[in-house]
This record gives sequence, C-alpha cells and structure tokens, in this order.
Amino acid sequence: MTHLIKGVRITGDEPTDVLIKDGLIAETGRGLDAEGAEVLDADGLIALPGLVDLHTHLREPGREDAETVATGTAAAALGGFTAVHAMANTEPVADTAGVVEQVWRLGAEAGHCDVRPVGAVTVGLAGERLAELGAMAESVAAVRVFSDDGMCVSDVLLMRRALEYVKAFDGVVAQHAQEPRLTEGAQMNEGEVSGRLGLTGWPAVAEEAIIARDCLLAAHVGSRLHICHVSTAGSVEILRWAKSKGWQVTAEVTPHHLLLTDDLVEGYDPIYKVNPPLRTAEDVTALREALAEGIIDAVATDHAPHSVEDKETEWPAAAMGMLGLETALAVVQRTMVDTGLLDWAGVADRMAYRPAAIGRVAGHGHPLRPGAPASLTLYDPAAPVTVDPANLASKSGNTPYRGMTLPGRVVATLLRGVPTVSEGKLQ
Amino acid sequence: MNRHLISAADLSRDDALLVLDTAAELAQIGGRSIKKLPTLRGRTVVNLFFEDSTRTRISFEAAAKRLSADVINFSAKGSSVSKGESLKDTALTLQAMGADGVVIRHHASGAPLTLTQWVEGSVINAGDGTHEHPTQALLDAYTMRERLGRLEGLRVTIVGDVLHSRVARSNVALLHTLGAEVTLVAPPTLLPVAVGSWPCEIDYALDAVLPKTDVVMMLRVQRERMSAAFFPSAREYSRRYGLDRDRLGRMPEHAIVMHPGPMNRGMEIAAEVADSPRSTIVDQVGNGVSVRMAVLYLLLGGASPAIGGDQREGEL
Repeated sequence: MTHLIKGVRITGDEPTDVLIKDGLIAETGRGLDAEGAEVLDADGLIALPGLVDLHTHLREPGREDAETVATGTAAAALGGFTAVHAMANTEPVADTAGVVEQVWRLGAEAGHCDVRPVGAVTVGLAGERLAELGAMAESVAAVRVFSDDGMCVSDVLLMRRALEYVKAFDGVVAQHAQEPRLTEGAQMNEGEVSGRLGLTGWPAVAEEAIIARDCLLAAHVGSRLHICHVSTAGSVEILRWAKSKGWQVTAEVTPHHLLLTDDLVEGYDPIYKVNPPLRTAEDVTALREALAEGIIDAVATDHAPHSVEDKETEWPAAAMGMLGLETALAVVQRTMVDTGLLDWAGVADRMAYRPAAIGRVAGHGHPLRPGAPASLTLYDPAAPVTVDPANLASKSGNTPYRGMTLPGRVVATLLRGVPTVSEGKLQ
Repeated sequence: MNRHLISAADLSRDDALLVLDTAAELAQIGGRSIKKLPTLRGRTVVNLFFEDSTRTRISFEAAAKRLSADVINFSAKGSSVSKGESLKDTALTLQAMGADGVVIRHHASGAPLTLTQWVEGSVINAGDGTHEHPTQALLDAYTMRERLGRLEGLRVTIVGDVLHSRVARSNVALLHTLGAEVTLVAPPTLLPVAVGSWPCEIDYALDAVLPKTDVVMMLRVQRERMSAAFFPSAREYSRRYGLDRDRLGRMPEHAIVMHPGPMNRGMEIAAEVADSPRSTIVDQVGNGVSVRMAVLYLLLGGASPAIGGDQREGEL
C-alpha cells in the first residue's frame, strides 16, 4: 500500500508531501505525485513521529474489566502513539518471561500499536528479591525497561543490585520514587489543601529523597536510571544536579502533572486521585520548564484505567490513577506549545525520540526522513475537542479532563505505513 | 449555603448565629416535662453511622425525636456495609426509603460531601475522618457563648492532636467566622505542615498561652499515636500538654475548660480538672442536643432550606 500525504508540516516545518511505500518513508518534498497512492490531504496538520509512551497500564492480564491490551492500544493509537510500554503491575505480575510474552503477543495480535512489556524488578512487586530480569530480557518480548511501578523499590541494596544487573542487557530501571514510610496511608499532596481537607499527606520529600538516593546509586554503579512521573519542583532540582554531573539519569512527567493541581481535590472527587498526587501550581510551572529545558526527558502518560466501582466511592477507598493516552498530545499542546515553551520539534523529541531511546525501542523514535519507518501521527492543532468519556476508546472512563476543551486532535496514525487511525477513527 | 451541612467553613456568620439563636430557643423545651415539638412530624431522619459513636448518634437521635421526626438508625456493623456494599448503594437504598435528612458519620474524610451526589435529602456531617465535625463546633460555640456571654474577641486555645482532629478543623473555621481569636497548641508533629495558612495562631508551649486564654479546649489524644512517633510517651505528652490543676491555675478566673469527649483522664486532662466547676464537658453534651435540633429544624423544617435563605419558614 502506498500513501501520499499532501501538505503536511513535519514537526511544524513548512508544508511538504510525504510518500510512504512498503512501510517506509520513500520521499518527502513539494509536489510529489504517485500513481495508485492513497492521497491524504493534510493541509494544516502537523506530522509527528509516532509517539512512544514509557508508562501505560493496560491491565491485562487480570483486570480486563478496566482495560485490555486491545482497548488500551486502541486508545494509544487514537492518541497518536505507535508504541507503548505496558507496566508490570498486572495480575499475575509481569515478573516472568511467560507473562511478558503473553502481553507482547496480545499487543501484536491487536495490532493497534507496538507493545513493549515492562518487567517487574522484584518478584510480585514485593520488593524482596529480584525477578528473573535476564529471562524477560531474552524473551520474545525483549524487555529493556524494568519497573515495580506502583511500588517503589525502596530497599537500597536491592535497588543497587537491580541497577547493576540490568547493565548486562542494556536495560534500565524505571523507579516509582515514593519513600514508603513517609507515605503510609497517603491520599493527596501534603500541603495547605490536605491539611484543610483532613486527607493524609503525600509529601514532596518522599519523592525527592528516593530520587536523590537513586541518582547517587546510579552514579556509583555506572548504570542507567529512569525516574517515573516526576511531580515536584524539588525533584527537578535534583535531576538538574544529577544531569550536570553527566550521570545517566532520565525522567518523565505525565500530562496531568503538567496541567492539574491539588486544589482540584477540594470536592473529594476521586477522578483526581492519582499517584504521585496532583501537586501545586508552583510544581506545575517547574515541571513545564524542566520539560522545555530537557531536564525532564519525556512525557509519559501513566494511563491508568479503573472500573467505575473503583472510582465511584469515598475518596480514601478509591483507586489511584487516571486515563491519559487519548488526551496526552492535546494536553502537551495546551501546556507546552500554546504557552511557547516547546515547539513541535520539541514535542517530537519529548514524546517520541527520547522515550524511544530510553526504552531502546527499535523502529520508533526516528525523524520523519526518507528511509525511516513510516510510523507517524497527523495532528490538527486547531481542532478543539471537548472531552467526553463516552467517546474514548479506553474501556474505562476515568479521565480528569471530562468536559474540558482541549485544543487539538489526532487525525491519523500510521504504524509502519499502515493506518491504525484514519479521520480520527480507529481502523 | 446549600441544603447540607458538610463543613463549618460553609456557614456564614449569619448562618452560624441563626443556628445558635435557634438552639437557644429550642433549649427551653429541654426543661419542660414534655420535651417534644411537632415540627418534623412525618419527616424521616436516618442516622448513618459507619463508625461507632454512641454519644453523637444518641445526641442526633434525641434531637430528631424531640422534633417528632421518624428516626432510622443505620449502623455499618453487621449490616450490608460489612458485606461489602458500597457507599453509593447504601445511599441509593436510603434515597429509595425517602430519607429527608441523612446524618452521616464516616471514617473517610469527604464521605458526607460524596454522599450528597446520591441523595436528595439534606446531608449532615456528624464527623468525617480527620476532616470536620461541624455540629461539634456549633455546640462548642453555643457553650462558650452561654458561659461567657459572647464569641467576638474571645481567646480560645485548642490543645492536642490537631493533625487528626475534625473537631479542631471545624472549630477553627467556625470560631474565625464568629470573631473569636483561636490559638492552636500542640507538639509540631501533631500539626498539619501548612497550618500556618489557617486563620489562627500557633504555639508549641501551653504554659505561655494559658494566661491569655478565655477558653481552653482539650482534644482527645489517642495513645496509639505514640507508635507512629508523634510523641515519645503518654507521660511526656501529659507533662507538656496535659491540663492539670497547676495549669488550670494559670488561666484567668473566668476561663472555662472544654473537651469534645470521650476523654482520656490522666492523659490530656486531669480528672480533677475534668470534674471542676470550670469544666463545661457535661454542658456540652446537653447543648449538643439543642444545637442538633436547630440544625435539623433549619435544614429540614421549612418548605425550602432555611439556613442561608432570606427568611425562616415554619413555626417553632
């Protein structure tokens, strides 16, 4: 199948045509013509390399009532993603080659985007002994990112060993930075709002202390370290310092931490309950600036579907997490592009190039040039959409953006030349 | 203000004074041989208690019954809740039964507010987690006004586990609204980190504050807080923050001692202080019924909500 995309602005550059053949970008330039090609008029659209998410919860196996690999990857494609990392906190936990291969196979069968399973660092996410990281790395799933996400690898010796061990297969440990003793029973950001609402606080220092410790560990053993969903201004300062030393530390931020703040908790609506919690406006500003500067490398969604009954309840009993895949790019446009902090080339870098590099994702995260895989997304930055959970492909509806108007929408997504989304619809 | 009572901070000064004045009128019937008014006849009040609290429940029950409401007591223990029923399903059940008012006590902060989206009747917060207990604050304000004649400019010192206290939160909000000057005294571990933004003063030392205090309110301190390192021992807590006879002696002659109960005698309050004539602890219990009658009357009594409305409806 041959596709000719007419008049598209690659990462925001001047309009050009893109010819796609055999899954690759064959040619770019003005006035291209190709017999028999399916022509796509992309006037006004931005082309970005297929987005790569480092942090997705697909819930399968175990919680297929909330999401499946098929529905979650459909949501990903609709959000412009061509590869997602499926977090390990499934039931059973993705801590063996068998489970990661199952998730990988389900992704391949669904075909909406590439699924890169994340392997658990410790058996059952229990934080006691290392899972068989090598077996997961050597499996068909070729795991390179290891994380106990949802749980922090808080045992400092275990963390050191994990960081060292994954060097053998170029892996990276993605740390959910949450000091457990400082966050027992934690419900929301510790600050003015938590004190008033009588909800147990999740202090910024519980994140920052672990990040500082792990940066020092990574430096000591010469390993790669990735920090999941950075949420505080203090974390940014520690990362800035670690990067200034030349240490191999990378970090991600979620779209919701770039936009939402802890005062939203005032109505006790669990739609805003997430871990790490929504922070203050000062934190949001610091995170945006850090992403613009590159101190934070990537945007990652932490897409966390939850069933209605896990959210429609009193706040402390509700599950933590919110949807993110289908709204991520529009939230990034609103918080980073429309504010002038990042241009579209910057968005491509933070949402495709760098996450692909961190996850060692082959075939993704390449500039849209002749010879590169034709995995890309076409985005209309001037098509405001009001978010309606009923219109989302995710099996769950726990989006914090319900009723909010976001500035743009994904028009099409191609995975190796094959449309997974066309005219805003799943193919 | 809406038709619910969730937070003391939702009450305007006029709302709060209306509750206190109404309570004062209603208190008079407590002295009659027949302690009953027909005001809420045919109305149903559900006491929905997810946490054991006999004293608060019977106070609300007595209040509703004195206003002739039908009272249903729903306790989570041994009920459908202990079999895993969600708050929403419980709420829908009450709604189907036609509850005009739901008095809720819940271990989760925010549960009363969450409940309001599922029931049409008025929701009255009878204590939610570590958030608020607005009727306690109202009865405390009532007691202070009754004993000392005013609230404006009154110097109120609240001592103890502010971090976990719904009584403290509601009192700070309400007393600020009513013009009192509140000082919180606690070990720093038992104060919220951002307490500096609250409309009150903060002190770590009780002795310095007592001479400038008209009302001292001792909060219950749970001994199990020791295991979470909030303070080293019950004895040390008692030495530094307990109200004993010596400390009582440092307060002005007219100053009163309050406690929301239940007390830990010998911990935050010495028995001789609790039993002294300056203690209002027993008054507080009696006043609780009057204040809760006023709240039920004002929220359920009229054709439209009375609190916050332009005028009161219904007759006393």
